[in-house]
Amino acid sequence: MSNLISAISGYMAYPFVRYALIVGVLIALCSSLLGVILVLKRYSFIGDGLSNVTFGALSIATVLRINNEMIIVLPITVICAIILLCAKSSAKIKGDSALAMTSVGTLAIGYLLMNIFPVSSNINGDVCGTLFGSTLILTLSLSDVWLCICLSAAVIAVFVLFYHKIFAITFDESFAASTGIKVGFFNMLIAVICAVIIVLAMNLAGSLLTSALIVFPAISAMRVFKSFRGVIICSAVLSVVCAAAGILASILFSTPVGSTVVAADIIAFAIFCVISRLKQ
Amino acid sequence: MSQIICKNVSLGYEGHIVTKNINFEVNKGDYICIVGENGSGKSTLVKALLGLLKPFSGSIDKGSIRIGYLPQQTEIQSDFPASVREVVVSGCSGSISGFFYGKKERNIALNCMKKMRIDNLATKSFRELSGGQKQRVLLARALCAADDILLLDEPVTGLDPAVTTELYKILKKLNHDDDMTIIMVSHDINSALKYATKILHIGHSQLFFGDSSEYLKSDAAKLFSRSGGKKNE
Repeated sequence: MSNLISAISGYMAYPFVRYALIVGVLIALCSSLLGVILVLKRYSFIGDGLSNVTFGALSIATVLRINNEMIIVLPITVICAIILLCAKSSAKIKGDSALAMTSVGTLAIGYLLMNIFPVSSNINGDVCGTLFGSTLILTLSLSDVWLCICLSAAVIAVFVLFYHKIFAITFDESFAASTGIKVGFFNMLIAVICAVIIVLAMNLAGSLLTSALIVFPAISAMRVFKSFRGVIICSAVLSVVCAAAGILASILFSTPVGSTVVAADIIAFAIFCVISRLKQ
Repeated sequence: MSQIICKNVSLGYEGHIVTKNINFEVNKGDYICIVGENGSGKSTLVKALLGLLKPFSGSIDKGSIRIGYLPQQTEIQSDFPASVREVVVSGCSGSISGFFYGKKERNIALNCMKKMRIDNLATKSFRELSGGQKQRVLLARALCAADDILLLDEPVTGLDPAVTTELYKILKKLNHDDDMTIIMVSHDINSALKYATKILHIGHSQLFFGDSSEYLKSDAAKLFSRSGGKKNE
């Protein structure tokens, strides 16, 4: 045990490890908050769809040789999030098919572009990195960390300030609208937050694993807690603990970061399932 | 004192008119039942009264009155993790000026829970309640959001007879003791005639509006019974 602690404190001396921990924990916190809402709104798969959009956008940025990918990735993802989440029930293509189309469509286009206009000789390595995010989080610069801190702070602020309105809308949209809450505006806000978090989460888990960060903590928390506040708090704590544990474990055992964090989330889910059985 | 005045209202979706020529007035203390066949535009009218749907033509004048709304049960998720207190106080979420609930909102919620006799359930989970208890929780939430008018969309659908009777009693009590105005969409014409003071019958246009005692003598009532509506005869 003391070996483990000294190994961890040894790694902590490296700035890239500290950066990865800060960013990973913040992303996990934000995505778990959002996750509760998305799961309850029956939009669990939106994380998957949007992260494939970020993959497509990222490959466009790479092909165009734009250094700061955020300029392209963030707007495209935000627009897709708004289209998918705010689509009216009268839309020609219904929610789940629109999501499926966007999800695989952008993935295909992204991979196609990267093959037609290869930027480096190692396309498979690039693609694998973007899909599973393994290396991204260990190569963060200080400005990336600050960007992540600012965006996370904004997301958490929106959450805390509009907590009651978000609850009312998630629980019962038509009632919320009848009390004068601007449901359209808040759905838009949630869509934008969703896009921001997914773009951030790309760094941690890559585009294929991002939705695991969104879905697992929320569902685990729902197994055990009965009140909305309990679920939100538990989901946030659980996600942060799993992210920190996963990142440290991945550094100690040299495993890929994203999938280790997700594995920690899955173990937590199993534990929470057992707890909820025992409570009954 | 009139709370809502509908003049020549026609309603529908995407250019398709569902119902037209709706004319009625809601006065304080009224108990109005909206009846009509499936697809006659009852729920559309509810949306318009709440201000969620703009009429094609005509006007709905309700001033700045806050209506407490009880949606159809199907719209609420049965597995949502929320405590009864959280659900009830969310009725205040549209009217708070700041971001958080204060003492005032918590007191309103507590009073509404007492009125519905669910204050002992406050920390219980909404998803573990029975159908009748859920309706009382949602009714308490509607009371939090209401000045003195409630709008209920098929509140007894899916409830067993004993619970249905109890819900009607609660509504009667709110109407009688607290002078709450009640507007209810209903399929249950017998209870509508028994409890409501006024009936609004709509089809593709307005078929009847007036006292419930007059309704049985009207052509609209005969039309309804012939087309399969439940009626005591």
